Formats: sequence, C-alpha cells, structure tokens
Amino acid sequence: MLTQDIKLSETPENGISFPTDRIMLDVKDLKKVYPTPKGDYVVLENLNLQILKEEFVTIIGHSGCGKTTMLSMIAGLNPITGGDIAVLGNPIKGPGPDRGVIFQSPSLMPWMSALQNVMLGVNRVFPHASRSQRKAIAKYYLHKVGLDGAFHKKANELSQGMQQRVGIARAFAIKPKVLLLDEPFGMLDSLTRGELQDILIEIWNKEKITAVMITHDVDEAIFLADRVVMMTSGPRAKIGDVLKIGFERPRARKTVLEHEDYYKYRKHLIDFLEH
Amino acid sequence: MKQSVTVSKTQELKLAATAKVLLSKFTIKTPKFELKTLVRKIIVPLVSILLFIGLWHMGAQSLYNIEADYKIQKALTDQGREASDAMKACIASGDISCQPNTLPSPAQVWESFKTLIADHKVIRADKLAFKEKTAALNANRIAEGKDPITYTGRPSFVDQIVTSLKTVFAGFILAFLIAVPIGIVIGLSKTLRNAFNWLIQVFKPVSPVVWLLLVFMIVKTMTKDSNSDSAFIISFISVGLCAMWATLVNTAMGVSSVDKDYINVAKVLKLGPFQKVFKVILPSSLPLIFTGLRITLSVAWMVLIAIELLAQSPGLGSFVWEEFQNGANDSNSKIIVAMFIIGIIGFLLDRIMLMIQNMISFNKNATA
Repeated sequence: MLTQDIKLSETPENGISFPTDRIMLDVKDLKKVYPTPKGDYVVLENLNLQILKEEFVTIIGHSGCGKTTMLSMIAGLNPITGGDIAVLGNPIKGPGPDRGVIFQSPSLMPWMSALQNVMLGVNRVFPHASRSQRKAIAKYYLHKVGLDGAFHKKANELSQGMQQRVGIARAFAIKPKVLLLDEPFGMLDSLTRGELQDILIEIWNKEKITAVMITHDVDEAIFLADRVVMMTSGPRAKIGDVLKIGFERPRARKTVLEHEDYYKYRKHLIDFLEH
Repeated sequence: MKQSVTVSKTQELKLAATAKVLLSKFTIKTPKFELKTLVRKIIVPLVSILLFIGLWHMGAQSLYNIEADYKIQKALTDQGREASDAMKACIASGDISCQPNTLPSPAQVWESFKTLIADHKVIRADKLAFKEKTAALNANRIAEGKDPITYTGRPSFVDQIVTSLKTVFAGFILAFLIAVPIGIVIGLSKTLRNAFNWLIQVFKPVSPVVWLLLVFMIVKTMTKDSNSDSAFIISFISVGLCAMWATLVNTAMGVSSVDKDYINVAKVLKLGPFQKVFKVILPSSLPLIFTGLRITLSVAWMVLIAIELLAQSPGLGSFVWEEFQNGANDSNSKIIVAMFIIGIIGFLLDRIMLMIQNMISFNKNATA
C-alpha cells in the first residue's frame, strides 16, 4: 500500500503526460464563458484533465466553481466555448450514450416503471438484441442495485434512494465508455448515501467503466476514487491539485477508514478547500 | 436463557397492553370520526341545499305578490272595482288564465319537471307506435330505393338533451383533433410558437356568436347541394372552435415546459424524435393537456346553449329559447328545469373528465 508520496505528480499540469493509449477522456484547455449584461463571465479557463481507462476520478471543489458546468460540457449538454473534449481521441459532438450520466436528481420518467426507465436506454443502445435479451440486461442491473422486488413499481412510487438506484442501473445498463456522475448522492440522507456508495462501487468493480464523479463530500471522494481532482474557485476555475488515492481495490469501507493514509488524504483535501 | 424468556414474556404482555390501549382508543374514536365526516359530507351540503330552496321559495313568493298586486291595481285603475275583485278571485283560485308571470317557485319547477318527463314518455310511445306502423312501408320504400319515412313530430325534452350531448361531443372531439396536434407542434418549436402566438391571442377572446356567424358563412355555402343536417354541422363546428383554445394553449405550454431533466435524459440516450415525443414529452405534458381538455369540455357545454339558440339547431338551447318565446304559463318553470339540467350535466361531464385524467395520468393527485 501506498505510504510514501501522497501527492501524485503524474498530471499534465506538472509537465508529465499520460501515454495516449491509456487515456479515455481528454479535456484540453477547456473554456466556458457565459455572456451576461455586465460583460462575459468566464466560468472555466485553461482546464486540462486527462482521465485514464478504468479509472475512477472524483472532482471536488467549492459550490459554484464550475464543476457541474464542466461535467455537463463533457456530457455534451452544454456547448463548449473553447478547447477540446475527446473520448478515446475522438472529439465529442453533443450528447450521446457513450457518456452515461447519473444526474443529481434521479430524473426518472415518473410515468414509467423502474424496468421501463432502464429499458428506455437499453432499447436505444442495443437495438439489435431481442426483446427478452434487452429485458434481461435491464433486470440484471436492477438486480445489481438491489431492486429485485420493484421492477414494475412506477418511478414516483419509489423513495428518493430507490430512484437513484434506478438511475445507477440505467446508466450502467447502456454500457457507456465514460460514466459521468453529478453529485448523485447529494440529495440523500447519509445512511442511504453510504448504502448507495457501496452499491455503486460494487458494480463499478465489476464493470470498470471510466467514471468521473462530482461530489461535495470529502470522505466520499476518497473512498470511491483512484484520483481526487481539486478545482479552484471560480471565476476562471481550473484544476488546482490532484491527489492519488493508493488504496487497493476492492475496498472495504472499514479498512479504508482505519488506514493511516486516509487521514493524510483527508487533511490534504481539507487544506486545499480551506486555503 | 430463562431470564431472556421472562424478558420476552414481559415484553409480550406490554405489547398486548399497548394493543389494548390502542384498540380502546380506536373504538372510541371511530364513531366520533364518522359522525364528523357524516356531518361535513352529507348534512352540511343538505342543509345548504334546503336553505337555497327556502330562499328561492321566499323570493319567488314575494315576486309573485308584487306581480299580483300590480295586476289587481291595474284592473282597478283601468276597469274599476268589479274587475279588480274578479282579478283577485281569479288569482286566488289559481286559474291559469290570470296567474302572475314571474320567477317560478321550487314547487312549480318540480311540477314542470314531472310534466316534461311525462311528456317524454308520451312522445316515446308515439314514436314507437309510428315506427311499428311504418315498418312495413319503410321496408318497401328502401327496397324501391326511396328514403324511408321518418318521425317528424315534436322532440321531447330528453330528446333535446341527447341532441345537445351529441353536439357537444362532436364539438369536443373536433376541438381535440385540432388543438392537441397543433398544440404539440407549436409547443415543440419556439419559432412556430412565436408565429402562431398572435393568432391564438387574437382569436381566443372572440365571442361564440361571432364564431357561429363565421362558421355559418362557410358551411352554408359548402352544404348547398347536400341534404345533410347543416344546423347540426354549424353548431358543433362553432362549439369546437370556441372551446378548443384552452386545450391548444395548455398543450403548447405542457409540451414546451417539459422538465429539463427529462429532456437531458432523452438527449443523453439520444432518443429519436419520435421516441422523444411519445415516450418523454407527451406523457410528461399529459396533466396539462388534460387540464386543457377539461376546460374545453366545460366551455363547449357552456357555449353550446347560446349557439343552439342562435343556430336554430335542436337541443337544450333551442328548448330554452322556444319556451321563452312561447310565454305559456309553465314556460318559466320549464326554463328553470333546463337550467338545472344544464348545470348538472356540465358538472357530470367535468367529473368524468377528472376521472379519466386520474386514470391515465401519472400525476395522481389532480383535483378540481
């Protein structure tokens, strides 16, 4: 286990670049400007971030620093003002199912059942599979998030936590190249949040889909991530620092919490956020 | 081990005790609760209805007295004491020829209602007899390629209700077929919304009467050579045109204001336009579309009476107008009967729409 050097200098910021064949998501010189009546407001500028295949990256920063803006730009839901975003070397063109999104609110269609919500994406991504095969895929992921008895419940009959489980199942079921998570557990109580973190990481351990997750929660950021990316406060936000988390996977919450490095990581992040 | 058993036993006892307390509370509380709902849901409305009828009765009585006094006074000044005494006696005797003509009392309205129902039964029997009588003749006429003889007698009150309902449903369906598709298209495109907005804003407040005249101009020419029922066509088209605006505006609003989260999901999943509309946009705007349809139906029912009245189309509207022109002794109370029937049917139509809305829409708590 890692004890030596907590801070990893393996970032382009520090002059070191990853080999191209390991990069899944490449964000280069990203810039976002919102025009306002008082002139342009620059949210993001010179933002560089490279995320490797099968890597789980969490992004942490103050509210309003532009984390969500960056994520929705990667998702293709928000136009890019300047710079490039590429998945496996191909610049993105708008939103697409290669980048699955788990939104902060579960965003399920309330008139559909849990299964139908997952099927909506599965039908789209696997049009050539038979109906029973697609159903099997959707059911498999709903089973994975622990919703065995709730396939046919309408989304608005489920609790917030259950809804977000469906959201997780929906995102994994379309087998994206990159998974984007925008504070997915921010609206949940801390008990449910812990449960869902465990579920998320369990599925992720199996699927190893490159994941980028925004969070406000320092503990969540450390527990889930291979690297924690810290963003500076806006305007003109960019990457401030990157912390590599050296815990082995699969991780158990208990062993992580008891590890001596945990508190070093934690202190590092809190120092950054409070500076 | 033993200890734990005793513990669990005491716990059991405690539970039983709590259950008993709860039970006793319930048995006391339940009748109280029921009484309260009974009072609120049945007694209070009943009292208010009785109060309404009482006030109406008193009002009708005093109007009757004013009218009677006036009549007697007039007889006195015009023809002298003898005539005025005769008039007094005549009014007191309840003779139809000299009754004061004013707001009918609840009892009179009830009588008229019964008369109308009896009248309906007579006409129905008459119709059946006519059908039997002409059955053989009509079969021959059809075989010869001629039009069958139809019953041309006076329609009963119930027949007129049925005609009105037919007209309103035809109008409602027309409004639905025009307003929902156009509303969806307008709602989807901001450009089209801007293009059509002025048109909607200008035509929405136009009075039913004007729509009727416009439809009349067009339909009159178009049905010149056919023997179709142009009064019915004119009235249902006018009803549809008057009533469709609420649905049009609500559909456009519902479609254009779909939750952004749903749209984002549709974008991320790259749903095609067809799927986007039918799986995401339409279901999510269904509550608003239904609100529009409910308004449309109630507006349709409301303008129907005025339109029937003007279009000479049979139905409740022309019934009311004919009774008013008729000026017979029970005409006023028949008009009031029609008023109640119109109100009750309008209310029922709205309830039916609400029921359908609750059945098919995900938003289960839609209320009046």
